[in-house]
This record gives sequence, structure tokens and C-alpha cells, in this order.
Amino acid sequence: MSTQVTDATHESLGLTVDDLLSMHRMMLTARLIDEAALRQNRMGRAPFVVPVSGHEGCQIATAWPMRRGVDVWVPYYRDLGVVLVAGMTPEEIFLGIFSKAGDPSSAGRQMPNHWSSRRLAIVSHSSPIATQVPHAAGIAYAMRYRGEDAVVACWFGEGATSEGDWHEGLNFAAIHRAPVVFICENNEYAISVHQDKQMAVKDVASRAEGYGMPGVVVDGSDVFACFSAMKEAHDRARAGEGPTLIECKTYRYLPHTSDDDDKTYRTRAEVEQHRHHDPIDRLVAYMIGRDITDHERIQAAHDEIKGEVEAAITAAWDAPDPDPATATRHVFAEDDG
Amino acid sequence: MSEKNLVTAIRDSLHDEMARDDRVLLLGEDVGTRGGVFKVSEGFLDEFGEQRVIDTPLAESGIVGVAIGMALHGLIPVAEIEFADFIHPAFDQILSEAARMRYRTNGDWGCPMVIRAPCGGGIHGALYHSQSIEAFYAHIPGIKVVMPSTPADAAGMLRSAIRDPDPVLFLEHKKCYRLIKGDVPEDGFTTPIGSADVKREGSDLTVVAYGYELHRCLEAAARLAAEEGIEAEVVDVRSLAPLDVETILTSVRKTSRAMVVYEDNRTYGAGAEIAATIAEREMFDLDAPIVRVGGPDIPAMPYAAALEHYYMDPEPDHLFVRMLELARF
Repeated sequence: MSTQVTDATHESLGLTVDDLLSMHRMMLTARLIDEAALRQNRMGRAPFVVPVSGHEGCQIATAWPMRRGVDVWVPYYRDLGVVLVAGMTPEEIFLGIFSKAGDPSSAGRQMPNHWSSRRLAIVSHSSPIATQVPHAAGIAYAMRYRGEDAVVACWFGEGATSEGDWHEGLNFAAIHRAPVVFICENNEYAISVHQDKQMAVKDVASRAEGYGMPGVVVDGSDVFACFSAMKEAHDRARAGEGPTLIECKTYRYLPHTSDDDDKTYRTRAEVEQHRHHDPIDRLVAYMIGRDITDHERIQAAHDEIKGEVEAAITAAWDAPDPDPATATRHVFAEDDG
Repeated sequence: MSEKNLVTAIRDSLHDEMARDDRVLLLGEDVGTRGGVFKVSEGFLDEFGEQRVIDTPLAESGIVGVAIGMALHGLIPVAEIEFADFIHPAFDQILSEAARMRYRTNGDWGCPMVIRAPCGGGIHGALYHSQSIEAFYAHIPGIKVVMPSTPADAAGMLRSAIRDPDPVLFLEHKKCYRLIKGDVPEDGFTTPIGSADVKREGSDLTVVAYGYELHRCLEAAARLAAEEGIEAEVVDVRSLAPLDVETILTSVRKTSRAMVVYEDNRTYGAGAEIAATIAEREMFDLDAPIVRVGGPDIPAMPYAAALEHYYMDPEPDHLFVRMLELARF
């Protein structure tokens, strides 16, 4: 399959200058949270963190057409950018990283990055890979059954596409033309296993044909291409035309998690090469080229977000830990609410 | 009040719940056009339509996974696993997802759903149409596991399961489907999950059982009374998780003799949990060691009639004999 490229301008995609500045801000927030979280890990304050750097472009851009309060978000553990767009705040992210009582995802029960918030319609997921894919199909089925004009978006890595649940979820969604968009963030590695050993095809999206849904390949560092593919898929879903599989070719700059050593399976030169196609840099270059912003304002945004992240860390670190007496609660529904 | 067999009682309750609440829908293999391989949903497709009676692909993990999604978005799915033997691909969806959704979100999300699965042997089903699976799931906090084995209990417990805010694994013993008949009230009653039931009163020994073995124990108890004048109290577990410990212990305190009977492989089965609970709580009131009668520890029930018979009855009249031995200890 050929990778869809866009010469599109933001205007041609219906994006405003405010959209671009907000997208940039979200991407930069994800990047700075990521770097700060890894520092917290190295300082011994966070036992486990999951990097996102490199994925911000495809995450923010595919999340952008989603409507808060209407659509449902089914992310996986690398989707910091997605949940920021969904409405999670940096402080809430760090409440999770420090496993505090106020962690909205699980009150400190799950590892960090296992996002959830019923208020924000972010669906909880587990650590076994691709288990959320049939959930997305079921939610989409329920939306149509209930007559809602709503869409589910379900994100995962290319590693997930080897799992049976992935197949079963896509197949069910396609049979019922359910309003769901499947988004693969293909970063070439399932921890250490390269795509060559995961599949015999070049593109995950080529599998879409086997399910009877469109498959689209986009450059994951091109926010316009990602946004455009998602907008079209989101519109298709709302129009009752069924699911779409979008594959974003992306790359993670950092190890799989703070417990991984990626030097055991890829060269520094390979990582560096990908850093030259950074999604944030690309968007900044576009905006500066179009006089939407300038280096000074970009730096100011950077400094401002950095301050926000530091404040979030302080607030989250000072927040209370879970009470051990609560460990036995919520196994089943509680009458007292 | 009308007499029904077990499968009709299940069908009628499922039908009434679907008619009562349009959030309830049924999905599974062959549940639509075919009406279910055991005819539990015969006629449902015509009455409720294909949006609510969904013939799924052959994909058990997907069936349960999709049902979880539906439950997360305001529906009450009843997912049918055609035979309990085929549920294993869905183990992770049940264990890691349905049973943990509420706990892992600190009560924020829940999965109100029912998984129905015909289980058990004695029906010439061989290794892959005879299995007892309850112990795997009763071990998991976060999911309720029931196996009612009278028509009235099945009717009432299915209503409770569908109205429960948490996932319920509803096991239906295939041998009981058409063999066991009984009166079922028509007043829409519910039977609480987490309740055992004394199916036969007696003062000499307590027999704790569920599923098809319950009925075999009732038969043996009747013969024991007629031939030996020994009165066995037979407690129907019917809810494996949560387990109604108090009803079981109340009976054991009365008789001071306890026997646990289950069709599943003996080792690490539900009977071990029940026997251990009795031992922990009532050891010094017992007049005899607890007797545990389970299936043989072979991989599953073999097909040939003689081999299947061995699984169900390793020696002639073994339930009667074991009950008599315990009474006379």
C-alpha cells in the first residue's frame, strides 16, 4: 500500500490557527510530561513509566476529530497524547504515575498509563495486549443500537495486531458496520521484536481488506495526514458506513518502558535517524513557514508548559496515597455507592 | 405455577427479561436463526429482531469481549457460549477484563453482563462436550458463578443474574436440561445469587452438592431413608461464588457429618473449598472426617459408554455406599 501524503494546508482540512496552536501545545505537553516522568523514574519516585516520545503526532492528530462528551476513547498504554486530548490533565497523569488515591484511572490500583475515566469516556484497559479491541466493537454496536450519533476510536500498537482479540474485534465491527475507527501506531517494535518477525506484510493496514473495511497508511509524524485520515474515518463511522483501519507509521524514541533497554535490539543511529522526522518539529516548521508563530513564541509555550508540568508533579507528589483499608473495595458493586 | 423442564425454565426467564428491558440482548453462536443448539432462544430472532439476537462468528473471546463493550455502554448482554468446553479462549476476557473492570477502575466502570454456558457430562459428549469449568471461574474475585439445577432455581437465578450490576457466569448442566422437571411460579420471582438451598431435610448427615450430582444425591438419599432409615440432608450449593457458607454450616452443625459431591475433577475442585470451609469452622463438631466425592482426575469425560459410565459411577451405587459409610462411621 502507498502511504497517503498530504500537501494539504491546515485550511484545506478545516483546521484553524487555534487548532494548530492547540495541537502543538498538546504534543509538547505530552513530550515534556514524558521527559519529566522518566526523570522521576530515575530519581526513584516512579517505579515504572511508559514513554510516548515520537508518537505524539499521530496520537494528537487522530484524537483531534473526536468529540468530547459524545465519542468514546479506547486507548492503549502509550496513548498519553490521546488522553490529553480527551481531557485528562497533567496533574491527573502524575497522580497515576505516583499511584495516588486521586489517580482518576484506578486510584493507584493499575500500573501507570492504564488510562480510564468514565467522566471523560476513556475506557479502562489492562496489560494483556489487544483485549480492548473487542470492547471497542461492542461499545460501537451499543451506540448504534441506542441510536446515538457517536463514534468509538480504538488505538493500539502493531504488536497488538498479532493477537486473536484484534482479529475478533475487527471482524465483528466490520460485519455490523459499527461506528468505530481502529488506529494502529506502528512503531516497528513489539518491545524488541521487529515488525519483520511479527508479520509477513509491509503494512498492517493491508489486512483491512480481509475484514471488508478500508485500510489507510499514513506518515505518523505528519499531523495533517493523520488528522485527514481520521476525519474521513470518523465521518464514515457517523454516516453508518462502518469501521476503518488507519495505520500510522511512527517510532518511539525511548525504550518500551522504564524497565526496557532498547540498546539490546536497535542501534542509536536508527533512533537518531527517526528523531529527524519529529512530528513536533514538523508542525513547528509548518507554522513558522506560514507565519502562524515564531521561534520566540514557541519557546515561550515550551517554558510555560514546562512550568505547568513541574507544578503538576509537585501537586501530585504531595497528594495522599491510597488508604490500605480500601484495597478490598469495589470487587463488586457497592450498595452505598 | 406450571411444570417445566430446566431448559424451558431458562428460555422463559430469558424471554421475559428481554421483553421487560430492551437493554438486554443475546449474542452467541447459533442463537439466532437456529434458536440455540439447545433451543433456549427458539423464536427469539423473530420476536426481538437481529439487533437483539445476534448470531456471532465462531470466536468465544470475541463474544465475551464484545459483550463487555456492550455492558460498558449501557446494555445488558447475555453472551452464550455454545458449550462450556469452548469457553477457554475467552478466559482472559473473563479474568482480566470482565471480572477486574470494577476493581481496576476503583468502582468507576462496571460490567453488568451474563455469560451462559451449558456444561457437564453424562450426555455422551466426550472430552469436549462434557467439561465442568466452574472451579476455574469460582476462583476469580469479581465474577459470580452459579449453577442452578432445578427449573425454579434456574428461572429465578437467571433473572437475578441479568439484573446484577456485575458479571455472572450462569452454568447450565446439560444432563438436567430435559431430565429435570419441576413447578415454576409465573410471578417473575427472583432467586438470590449467593444463596444455597436445602433441597431435602435430614438429621443424620449433610450432603452438599450441585448440578446433576445434586439430583443423584437426592435419589441416593431417598433410597438411604427407605432402605436404611437414615435421613440425609441435601444442600444445593447452586451459587459457587459467592458461596453461601452459613446455610452449609448450619446443616453440618445439625448433622455433624459432611460429604461434598461434585462432578468436576476431584483435585482443586469446588468440593475442596467447601470441605476446607467446613473443616475450618466446624472441625470439633464433626463426628466423622469430611468425605469428598469428585470426578476422577483424568483430563475429561471419555466418549465410549463404558468409559463415561466409569467417570460418573466409578463403582456401583457409589453415592449411596459413600453416604451409608459416612452415616455409620
